[in-house]
Amino acid sequence: MNAILAMIGRRLLMGLLTLFVISVVIFGATELLPGDLARELLGQSATEETLAALREQLGLNDPAPVRYWNWLTGVLQGDLGVSMATKKPISELVGTRLENTMFLALYAAAMSVPLSLMLGVLAALWRNSIFDRASNSLALTAISFPEFFVAYILILWLSQSGFFPSMVRITPATTFGDMLYMCFLPALTLTLVVTAHMMRMTRAAIINLLASPYIEMARLKGMAPLRVVLRHAVPNALAPIINVVALNLAYLITGVVVVEVVFVYPGLGQLMVDAVTNRDVPVVQAIALIFAAAYVLLNLIADVLSTISNPRLMHQR
Amino acid sequence: MNVIVFLAAALALFFVIGVAARAAMKTLAPAADKPTFRDMPLTASFGIAVILFYVLVAVFGPLLAPFGEGEVVGAQYLPWAAPHYLGTDKLGRDMLTRLIYGARNTVGIAFATTALAFVVGSILGIWAALAGGWLDQWTSRFVDALMAIPALIFSLLLLTIFGTSVLTLILVIAAVDATRVFRLARSVAQGIVVMDYIEAARLRGESNWRLIRREILPNAMAPLVAEFGLRFCFVFLSISALSFLGLGIKPPTADWGSMVRDNATLITFGDITPLLPAGAIALLTVAVNFVVDWQLHRASGLKE
Repeated sequence: MNAILAMIGRRLLMGLLTLFVISVVIFGATELLPGDLARELLGQSATEETLAALREQLGLNDPAPVRYWNWLTGVLQGDLGVSMATKKPISELVGTRLENTMFLALYAAAMSVPLSLMLGVLAALWRNSIFDRASNSLALTAISFPEFFVAYILILWLSQSGFFPSMVRITPATTFGDMLYMCFLPALTLTLVVTAHMMRMTRAAIINLLASPYIEMARLKGMAPLRVVLRHAVPNALAPIINVVALNLAYLITGVVVVEVVFVYPGLGQLMVDAVTNRDVPVVQAIALIFAAAYVLLNLIADVLSTISNPRLMHQR
Repeated sequence: MNVIVFLAAALALFFVIGVAARAAMKTLAPAADKPTFRDMPLTASFGIAVILFYVLVAVFGPLLAPFGEGEVVGAQYLPWAAPHYLGTDKLGRDMLTRLIYGARNTVGIAFATTALAFVVGSILGIWAALAGGWLDQWTSRFVDALMAIPALIFSLLLLTIFGTSVLTLILVIAAVDATRVFRLARSVAQGIVVMDYIEAARLRGESNWRLIRREILPNAMAPLVAEFGLRFCFVFLSISALSFLGLGIKPPTADWGSMVRDNATLITFGDITPLLPAGAIALLTVAVNFVVDWQLHRASGLKE
């Protein structure tokens, strides 16, 4: 038990270190500009006074390490700074949108993970059959589709015929059931995009194991093929499967940006795209940090889970 | 019902193109390569045919297009009828013309970006593996940290800071993707630099640059070429996504991503015109993926 705790502790420390480096990169990216941010944002024609005012507002007069320190301590206390475009505190803008985005990502995950695991196991079980080949080609096709293509096909198909709404409008009065109904199309889009990859990896992980001697043993003693896969192959393939699931959940985080724009979904991605259009640097930095943190956290969880699922890694001598 | 008819037609077309392309390649190929093409799956021959078609359209675009790239030729949102076979867009520009020019712009920019990412990423990656020691450690850890930020989010951040133009778009996406290429090139090169012939070449006094160019690159080519195909798909998709978000290639340049965005309102009226550019993007990525999949399968020597 102590070994697990120590391992989790080490991974946590590594995760924190990664987050720290990411925050430096996200903050330091503005330093790459040849001039300074104020001149870049206002253009060449800006007068000295307006430049000075913007520098004052952005706090550009302090040296970079001081600004970074102020920003970081602010973020750690939940103060993400002030938006340049709307002059509102960023935490206020982000609050409910973060919840909406999390809801959408979780919704998509709840649909895609069981679906892709099932399809992957079946494809491995019936490998080289028509089902396997068809699902493999379909998966490759789905991986290659841009998210907005999938989204618009679904709108054309399921929203034109009046089954589901093509836009998401969330008010405080919206109930959980309504949310599930309204978010079905965006969540389905995300599901289709990530399922293909997860399914292919699940299939590959299981097929890799099917050549092992213990699988042959199980077969020779007359076990049913499905039972061989479920009892002997899947538990040993758990580590790569967990990793690919986490990777795809992390992918959901970025896929969410495009899908939110298509469905006018009030989430973080939409906010970020608006902020990039307005070149609202503090907002973009804050959201980038949130997305990156979620990404690191997911990878961390996957790392810990896949170690726990593998007895050989658990009981290292 | 329509959906089923459409799917059946698409599937039939896929088989016809695949079989025809395979037959054509089998007859055209030199005798030694004939078995390769005979055993190739339909998906791969279909992919090659589609890629060739895109290249032809991109190269001969101005000759094929009936109108000018930014030319306003009629009322907005005209239906599909001659002389505007695919109708017009929201400014009254000919859809077919812009689709053809889009092949040039979107695919060209994606290709240039991928090439740039590859040159930078693979040279740095191989160099890091060759140099070893603390230099390798530091660059690799730095790249790992950059890769911990999701690609699209990182590109959005960089685009905010540097502004949006085609040049910054190419540089930003190339920089983000170069980190991924670096990782692969480094790990491939690490297996090569420990070989005896590299040590022999070193003792012979070959410079680092010559080592990279003459000794390591030729031996690292196979995985890098497959990665180039995959990377192209990613770059192509992310450029289209950024254009779709209004942050990529700017009008009046015809580009598939922004064409979808500009005409998206039509979809709510049940008109499929905006799906055409999106479909063009999807078809090319599918084709490249099919070919890469076949190459990877061949390279791994798997017959299953």
